[in-house]
Amino acid sequence: MTDTPIKPRLSLGPVLYYWPEQDLHAFYDQVADSAVDIVYLGETVCSKRRSLNFEGWMDLAAKLAEAGKEVVLSAMTLLEAESELLALRRICGNGRFMVEANDMGAVALLAGKGPFVAGTGVNTYNQHSLAVLARQGLKRWVLPVELSKQTLAAMQRERPAGVETEVFAYGRLPLAYSARCYTARHHNLPKDDCQLRCLDYPDGLLLKTQEGQPFLALNGIQTQSAQTHSLLPELDEVLELGVDILRISPQSHHTLAVIEAFRKGLEQPVTAKQQQEAILRFMPTGPCDGYWNNRPGIEQSL
Amino acid sequence: MELVCPAGNLPSLKAAVENGANAVYMGFRDATNARHFPGLNFNESNTAKAIELAHSRGVKVLLAVNTYPQPHNWGDWQTAVDRAAGMGFDALIAADLGVLDYAANRHPQLPLHLSVQGSATNYEALRFYHKNFGIRRAVLPRVLSLSQVRHVVENSPVEIEVFGFGSLCVMVEGRCLLSSFAAGQSPNTFGACSPAESVEWRETPNALETRLGGILIERYGKTDRAGYPTICKGRFEAGGHTYHAIEDPTSLNTLGVLPDLIKMGIAAIKIEGRQRSPAYVAEVARVWRQAIDAATRDPDHFNPKGEWNAALAKVSEGAQTTLGALHRPWQ
Repeated sequence: MTDTPIKPRLSLGPVLYYWPEQDLHAFYDQVADSAVDIVYLGETVCSKRRSLNFEGWMDLAAKLAEAGKEVVLSAMTLLEAESELLALRRICGNGRFMVEANDMGAVALLAGKGPFVAGTGVNTYNQHSLAVLARQGLKRWVLPVELSKQTLAAMQRERPAGVETEVFAYGRLPLAYSARCYTARHHNLPKDDCQLRCLDYPDGLLLKTQEGQPFLALNGIQTQSAQTHSLLPELDEVLELGVDILRISPQSHHTLAVIEAFRKGLEQPVTAKQQQEAILRFMPTGPCDGYWNNRPGIEQSL
Repeated sequence: MELVCPAGNLPSLKAAVENGANAVYMGFRDATNARHFPGLNFNESNTAKAIELAHSRGVKVLLAVNTYPQPHNWGDWQTAVDRAAGMGFDALIAADLGVLDYAANRHPQLPLHLSVQGSATNYEALRFYHKNFGIRRAVLPRVLSLSQVRHVVENSPVEIEVFGFGSLCVMVEGRCLLSSFAAGQSPNTFGACSPAESVEWRETPNALETRLGGILIERYGKTDRAGYPTICKGRFEAGGHTYHAIEDPTSLNTLGVLPDLIKMGIAAIKIEGRQRSPAYVAEVARVWRQAIDAATRDPDHFNPKGEWNAALAKVSEGAQTTLGALHRPWQ
């Protein structure tokens, strides 16, 4: 553990939902002026979402880089079709920006060819897996969302030199991926004729239990938590563990306010809990932080 | 094509061996494998017996060490790999990068298979595991269509094994955290989806409720057949409708596409169900042995016999079976 904790940088994760092109542009125009240091760009959930093509993402990346952001291109999580591998090869061979792998197929393409990021879609559960990835050129890894601060602490102690640690600090948790599209299923449509219904759910489709408890959010082939995972109240613990980067996952409204709350929290960690109070109303169905405390992910401490 | 059958205990292993399995797979009695259920799996002494019994009949024995260790329990996985190497298993089925790396370096003579929990759905991923750990075979997650499976086989550096029958994960294996979201433990961390200690069956005046970590998964009428509360098979409300939002309770049955699987060069068919009874294993192994033999002899005129499907339907979970992702419209 370092004597004086380093101040983590803030990153903005890839947009996990299907937003129209103009919404994406409006969103990233704001992001360019925000306090985030790193921006992850790209489609990671469904290859049928094409608000931007590869060139469109690259243009956006260049703009954000010009605005002083470190840009990383995020790749797909569930790779099934050859067309998806072709798109993946273009991203991995983009020649300018670092790439976030969310599948071992991407790791295979990036291995030995310069630095890369292992995102939440890559299972890095222990120090030995981290060492394997480090040998391939890993620059940064994201803690799998179901792992606790205890596991993070142990992995930080044995982290290979030069590897940065990023933690998913805010957003609906990515929990599962499937061959089936649950948004299409909700509309009684087959996946191959989904009519792009994900456009109707810019923060996912809420799933409640039969007694009305918010539980999950359907986002096409991805299933998320209904609750918004937030580590803002635990910022003192996060700082102690020497985390390099805190990731904020975009939502359709108030993302900039969330970024501001994290920035203020990092500036004055004693106010972090108040900052959480200030953004509670921006969470569609309340907060959770169970995974961090080695509890069921849906739980909220305090 | 090999028939790979589940062995949750010695009686199941015997049932598999006596009914035509070419290989059986099993796990040790702890969280190092993905069927970590009470009363299941093998300790040191019956492991030796199991291997001896299977080998005496020319049947291979594969060991699943296919969950994801964390720093605090890494030693358990290392011990499992070391034990596997010393006991004469024919292959180790693993998922975690660290476990594969350890096994490949420490026990280079022990053949490695990539577990379905390794979540490799494409040949680029398979190339990584082959190049770095020398895996010989990979088990594909149940998310690909038949033509996608064929494409993987054509481009894969290693043999491909697919699931043929049994309970169906609709999420890509190895990347589903639903269980830990509700109950704190997942297949990845604990080797079980919906671990028994977090499951509740609650009688109310009008219904039987199943819960996981206190969360209502399903509500059954008094005459319904209640299923085990896995989240993906529960009924939830979205947009004013209450329905099986993720998946109906169905089982996988790929008998109908067996000739396609044989023709495309699938090396092995895996039967799910280490948690099921020896009677299940016997019945499923018997039917699949006959089916594989018939389809191999004459793939162009293969038709699943009515009695086979009837026998399989009797041991299926839920009333229906499906080809799953192999059948594109299901997706």
